Amino acid sequence: MKIRIKFSKYGTMKYIGHLDMMRFFQKAIRRAGIDVRYSEGFSPHQIMSFAAPLGVGMESCGEYMDIEVLSMTTAQEMKEALNRVMVEGVEILSVSILPDHVQNAMASVAAASYLLQKKEGDYPVDELTGKLEAFLAQETIPYTKETKKGVKELNLKEGIYELEAESNRAIRMLVNASSSGNIKPGMVMDAFSAFAGVEIPPSAYRIIKLETYMDPAANGKDRQGSHKLIPLDAVQ
Amino acid sequence: MRKTALSEEILLQVEKPARYIGNEVNSVVKNREDVAVRFAMCFPDVYEIGMSHLGIQILYSMFNSWEDVWCERVYSPWTDLDRIMREQDIPLFGLESQEPVKEMDFLGITLQYEMCYTNILQILELSQIPLQATERGEDMPVVIGGGPCTYNPEPIADFFDLFYIGEGETQYRRLLDWYVENRKQGGTRQEFLRGAAQIPGIYVPQFYEELYHEDGTISGRRKLYEELPDRVRKEIVTDVSDTYYPLKPVVPFIKVTQDRVVLEIQRGCIRGCRFCQAGQIYRPVRERDAEVLKKYAVEMLANTGHEEISLSSLSSSDYSRLDELLEFLIEECGRKHINISLPSLRIDAFSLDVMSKVQDVKKSSLTFAPEAGSQRLRDVINKGLTEEVILKGSALAFEGGWTRVKLYFMLGLPTETEEDIRGIGELSNKIAATFFETVPKDRRVNGKVQIVTSTSFFIPKPFTPFQWASMCTKEEFLEKAYQTKKGIMEQLNQKSIKYNWHEADVSVLEGVFARGDRRIAKVILEAYRRGCLFDSWSEYFKNDVWLQCFEDCGVDIGFYTTRERADDEIFPWDFIDCGITRQFLLKEWKKAQEGVVSPNCQTQCQGCGAGTFQCGICPTAS
Ligand code: SF4
Ligand code: SF4
Repeated sequence: MKIRIKFSKYGTMKYIGHLDMMRFFQKAIRRAGIDVRYSEGFSPHQIMSFAAPLGVGMESCGEYMDIEVLSMTTAQEMKEALNRVMVEGVEILSVSILPDHVQNAMASVAAASYLLQKKEGDYPVDELTGKLEAFLAQETIPYTKETKKGVKELNLKEGIYELEAESNRAIRMLVNASSSGNIKPGMVMDAFSAFAGVEIPPSAYRIIKLETYMDPAANGKDRQGSHKLIPLDAVQ
Repeated sequence: MRKTALSEEILLQVEKPARYIGNEVNSVVKNREDVAVRFAMCFPDVYEIGMSHLGIQILYSMFNSWEDVWCERVYSPWTDLDRIMREQDIPLFGLESQEPVKEMDFLGITLQYEMCYTNILQILELSQIPLQATERGEDMPVVIGGGPCTYNPEPIADFFDLFYIGEGETQYRRLLDWYVENRKQGGTRQEFLRGAAQIPGIYVPQFYEELYHEDGTISGRRKLYEELPDRVRKEIVTDVSDTYYPLKPVVPFIKVTQDRVVLEIQRGCIRGCRFCQAGQIYRPVRERDAEVLKKYAVEMLANTGHEEISLSSLSSSDYSRLDELLEFLIEECGRKHINISLPSLRIDAFSLDVMSKVQDVKKSSLTFAPEAGSQRLRDVINKGLTEEVILKGSALAFEGGWTRVKLYFMLGLPTETEEDIRGIGELSNKIAATFFETVPKDRRVNGKVQIVTSTSFFIPKPFTPFQWASMCTKEEFLEKAYQTKKGIMEQLNQKSIKYNWHEADVSVLEGVFARGDRRIAKVILEAYRRGCLFDSWSEYFKNDVWLQCFEDCGVDIGFYTTRERADDEIFPWDFIDCGITRQFLLKEWKKAQEGVVSPNCQTQCQGCGAGTFQCGICPTAS
């Protein structure tokens, strides 16, 4: 049976990297006594897949992972059992039983929404939020990505679905998060600060991932047109 | 929400911030107002090493099981954070509360190896605690040392208020009670220390003075107060099945060296190899009840979620109920998909059978530790392993599908000759030959056999029969390693043998610290001042700085390493009573020089002196 688990990650847990979170959950699942499925062989491991890795330093209330179990009581009980063995900074938000035909979490991801909150700092964020509309209205939104192999010129325009000021201290965005077109919120902020002509260092804002979405109609491919996005645990 | 002592900016800048945030599963957070004593428990090395240590987990759970005590963990900040903390004047903190160590009542530092000595100074300095014990004010934590290096604490005596000699489970309650009482009475730090010196196992170095002869050897000790004990006797748990055990060990977020449940099956060792300090100072051997261990295993796996369990002891094959315990674990862990990591067992039909059940034979290797290349030298060091046993074991293993063998030897042992060194290559070669003899061509899985022969350099340690022995110089060590290599190259099967040897520089320093006295302290302090830190990490070990410090401090390395000691020389550690008598050690030293072996505790008690503890395997235990 496939199970999808939604969890949050916040506070000091933002310093724990993706691989360590996987190890944390493997141990937590054993502590919770969940009848999880293992691979075969001399060092069996749990069948587990994460939707998308969350960068160190980011918080989230919309993280997902899939596991497979051999038996279980109810989703609610599994959620409670897991929450009993969590630490401060990780909370299980939902547990859902997946229909067999559903793709795994990682392949399903189409988009993610983020909230960027201003931390202390003296850059003029109030003025800046006023420029968001003009930024988004550009023909193209150029971004230079530095990779190990060199630099790559990207156009972010297609992948930014929504971008708006939540208040004069926070910006909310919905962006492509699929494996082929993933846009990190920091990339949008970099492009925006270049557009607005102000230096906004990454340390100036706190990033919280709000939700991870799939596009049931796109079948895992990049989002085309205006398909309806649904949260990863809203699958039927 | 949990606070952190370090800012977000710092945490995102340093390597592995998880080392510094606490919050791990099973870590204990108490309310500071509810406790009478706050204890910072430190392993002076990086988090991943320190978190892997069983002793700390035992004491951590013992302390925290007491309602009035809150014990937190402290490790050495890695070099990146070390720099930032100094620049920004951030005091070192406990992981649980994230509050400064200097605000706590005790700082306990475990001393597991000599090469951590500069890290002790780092911990003190970053904690903003004066390095010299005598310079600490009333409000500073009491700094306690524990662990194997306290069997000769003199080189670091200046830095500690007190040492706890022996196993921690027995006297800490009394020590803390005295601390609380003294505070209630408005007593001073000095009064606390004087009272503490009366508690068994507790040694307060500043109350004693080391005296020397003109030739530099020790002439005696002077104590400051009449009531102080002349000798400090080690503390020992007599019933290891009925004591503290960390059933809920802290589970780190990041991968650490021992990322598994550790089941300590016994303490001590029956064997008495003459170079081995652990074999002497932890006497007598005390087994933990198998039923208790089974219960512990189940509970600890449930409480941690670890995917692996390992047995821990000095010589697991000697545990009398090993087969029963392993059978239980194989059955229990098999069902739960838990790996069993076996300690190095004596290779025989039983252990091979067990190993084949729990590991992938093709990927795992056999381990032998003959320690010396010839039977003559193995008799000198009282290592019971014979060539016949090794070759028989290898043949059995090769038939079972193993193709990798690891061999461990020591170079520079007392009485060693060129012939003994040649024996290392010869024995490695015979094992390779055994493979080709036992496994026909068409059944050779990987096509070949792989022997990895490793040598370390012998360092004489206190409380061993070799405490009188002369240690080699660096040049002699390197020459011996060269001879070993040459000996291996001459062998017929040399292509199947890979040779590794240990660094010689660091062995020499370890030799100085192991048998050093109080005059070494200034060298350690000077080396630390000149930037030596993390000396056990080869990339940070600065041998030239160390050598310069010895020279500038006027301390002669050879005095501590190569010098021959007379039978009746007073050693810096003689004031410690670890049970084993000096007569016994001297007798063993003489027997070693004659190449005469001694039977182990199981076969025949040698009357080593540990019988006075009246427990474990000793005939005196009733
Ligand atoms: S078997 Fe020998 S080397 Fe090993 S712990 Fe026992 S005495 Fe030490
Ligand atoms: S007294 Fe005898 S049995 Fe006990 S540790 Fe010593 S030698 Fe072994």
